[in-house]
Amino acid sequence: MVEVVHELTRTHIQRLAEMGKRIDGRDLEEHRPLTVEKGYIESAEGSARVHLGATDLLVGVKMELGSPYADRPESGVLIVVAELRPGASPTFELGPPKPPAIELARVVDRGIRSTDTVDVSKLGIEPGEKVWLLFVDIHILDYEGNLFDAGNYAALAALMNTTIPNATKLGEGKDAPLEVKHQPISVTAAKIGETIFIDPSLEEERIADARLTVVTDEKGHIRAMQKGLTGSFTVDEVNQVVALSQKIGKEIRKTIAEA
Amino acid sequence: MSSPKRAVVVPGDVLDGEGLKPGVGTFSEGGQIYASLLGIKRERDGYVDVVPVGGRYIPREGDLVIGKVIDLGPSHWLVDLNGPHPSPLRVNEVPWKVDFGDTARYLDVEDAVLVKIISLDETKRVIITMKDRSTRKLTQGRIVEISHARVPRVIGNQGSMISLIEDFTDTRMFVGQNGRIWIDGEIDDVVHAVTAIEMIESDAHVHGLTDAVRDFLETTYGKAE
Amino acid sequence: MAETPKLIDSKGKRLDGRKANELRPLTIEAGTLKRADGSAYLEWGNNKVMAAVYGPRECHPRHMAHPARALVRVTYNMASFSVGDRKRPGPDRRSTEISKVTSEAFASVVFLEQFPRSSIDVFVEILQADAGTRVAALTAVAVALADAGIPMKSLLAGVAFGKIGGTVVLDLGKDEDNYGEADVPLAIIPRTEEIVLLQMDGDLTAKEFQKGMKMAIAAAKEIYEVQKDALKRRYAVSVEALEAEEGAEEELKEETVEEEA
Repeated sequence: MVEVVHELTRTHIQRLAEMGKRIDGRDLEEHRPLTVEKGYIESAEGSARVHLGATDLLVGVKMELGSPYADRPESGVLIVVAELRPGASPTFELGPPKPPAIELARVVDRGIRSTDTVDVSKLGIEPGEKVWLLFVDIHILDYEGNLFDAGNYAALAALMNTTIPNATKLGEGKDAPLEVKHQPISVTAAKIGETIFIDPSLEEERIADARLTVVTDEKGHIRAMQKGLTGSFTVDEVNQVVALSQKIGKEIRKTIAEA
Repeated sequence: MSSPKRAVVVPGDVLDGEGLKPGVGTFSEGGQIYASLLGIKRERDGYVDVVPVGGRYIPREGDLVIGKVIDLGPSHWLVDLNGPHPSPLRVNEVPWKVDFGDTARYLDVEDAVLVKIISLDETKRVIITMKDRSTRKLTQGRIVEISHARVPRVIGNQGSMISLIEDFTDTRMFVGQNGRIWIDGEIDDVVHAVTAIEMIESDAHVHGLTDAVRDFLETTYGKAE
Repeated sequence: MAETPKLIDSKGKRLDGRKANELRPLTIEAGTLKRADGSAYLEWGNNKVMAAVYGPRECHPRHMAHPARALVRVTYNMASFSVGDRKRPGPDRRSTEISKVTSEAFASVVFLEQFPRSSIDVFVEILQADAGTRVAALTAVAVALADAGIPMKSLLAGVAFGKIGGTVVLDLGKDEDNYGEADVPLAIIPRTEEIVLLQMDGDLTAKEFQKGMKMAIAAAKEIYEVQKDALKRRYAVSVEALEAEEGAEEELKEETVEEEA
């Protein structure tokens, strides 16, 4: 379902953007207040609830025993799934995951996978037979914009909080914390007219011309990117977003580590 | 258990309406009046009512509301009123002479209109008009949305709150009964007016709300002469 | 098959130390979501539940709309991480059945005729499942519907009773649910004591059933108080605001009178 935006709201946001201002009074490089609560769900092996402004979502990590992929018989399997539950927004509908949910899951997955944040080669049990399946489920509770970043933060925090259920589910050895080797952090920028700002709110997201997500690691290297919407960025603008992601990512990495 | 004179009541609560008739947000059963809504109990003019504190806007006859055009046909526009259903605005209810199939020339999708609810039929279908004197197309300014339950607070006693904001910010405002507020003026002034409205909408300043809003406006604009 | 643990001791004390007619701890918060028209978050034992209400709104698909009244549709869903073994996302037979009977329970108290052609859509998410998720969901939904300003005859309270080790008890915990002899989830209108949802499986004598119902009705009234408290807490400040406004109105009147004098 598509929501029709007031033409007046669109013009207002565009005029503010021309002046380098935002509708909620934030600076262009200012993200909404971020809170991270690790270990929110006891029935999961790891979990975190994240509020990014009014956006509210939950990530649960489940570990199950299963079969490996044929081409990587010794490795565990990492699977990221996102559900845009219809309670989170009047625009979300019941039914199997639609393209926006799949894109969200894949972008969050890419940041984690490309950095080897979780070393899946250590999650094998019996080569070719039995390995750990690591499910990262992103569950949206309240949608107020920028699910890419909120999803990334919650997924990372949940992984940092995950215990491998060796004793409880495998029946061998002791439960042990999952090793999280890196902290890929996503920062999403949106563009309205010529103006670029980070962490778009719902109102901004609805009328943005273009969107760019950049995931950086703790060394500041670029580890995943995703450009969205119908507008375009110049090379300089992309570089500008990369620099913003490096800078802001550092601060957010700290918030998540300390949560 | 009966409720005190001024209290939050929930659906099913017994309303102690001794000698009063069941009003809005109530129902009676076995000679007893009950709340059907979550809200605040109010006794007025021989009726006991429950004033809603939240939920969706439900259209009422005579309300002036701000609508958003979401679709159009050859002889009508479909207008979202922030209520349960969009309402058709027919070409015979606008002040212009519109030829069949020529609707987009007058109002297009995304346009905002100030309309009046003339009536609701027996199945709650809403008839709206732009032929009333106070109605029109809103061509500039900005629209914000608040809960319809907060509309009286934004207006204030006899319009006191709204004129306070308009005077300081030098803007023009219109508060639709459906919780949509239109504000027009210089862009910075509009931003300040919105901040003031947000103060009213949040529950942070219940006591001395007017003073808090005036303080904010005085800090921004200096004291009124 | 694991051996059945001793669910109740000779003194009538249960595994978690509760008495037969004692509920697990219950807390509710109303209005927890921004986008929804009404919402509620509930913790009951180890259950964590979020309910969101949208509506009354245009009914989709259109052919389901009733010309003279609203359609109440409750969708019950368990998050994939809410249980020990990951639940595959999407509806299954169990959640579809729960959604149906819960929708019917609420259709019995909502004033449906006030909203012809509309739907009132409720989405309830079990974020963490203990036992008794359907009655926990139902209890949360009642608060979320009221928070959304939906007119109702009453709130509904959800509660279950069952039988463990031959004893009728209230509000089964997880092990009691797994190893117990009967489970009876209910939705009750607290004021009138009418039953609007009833399911049962297991083995009960008619006498045991009557005993359980008595406990459940007393418990429904207890739960109802927690529901009311959640709603009243959320809007306590609105009462103060209204009083402040009316106070201002009176002051204004006094001032006018003084001026006239």
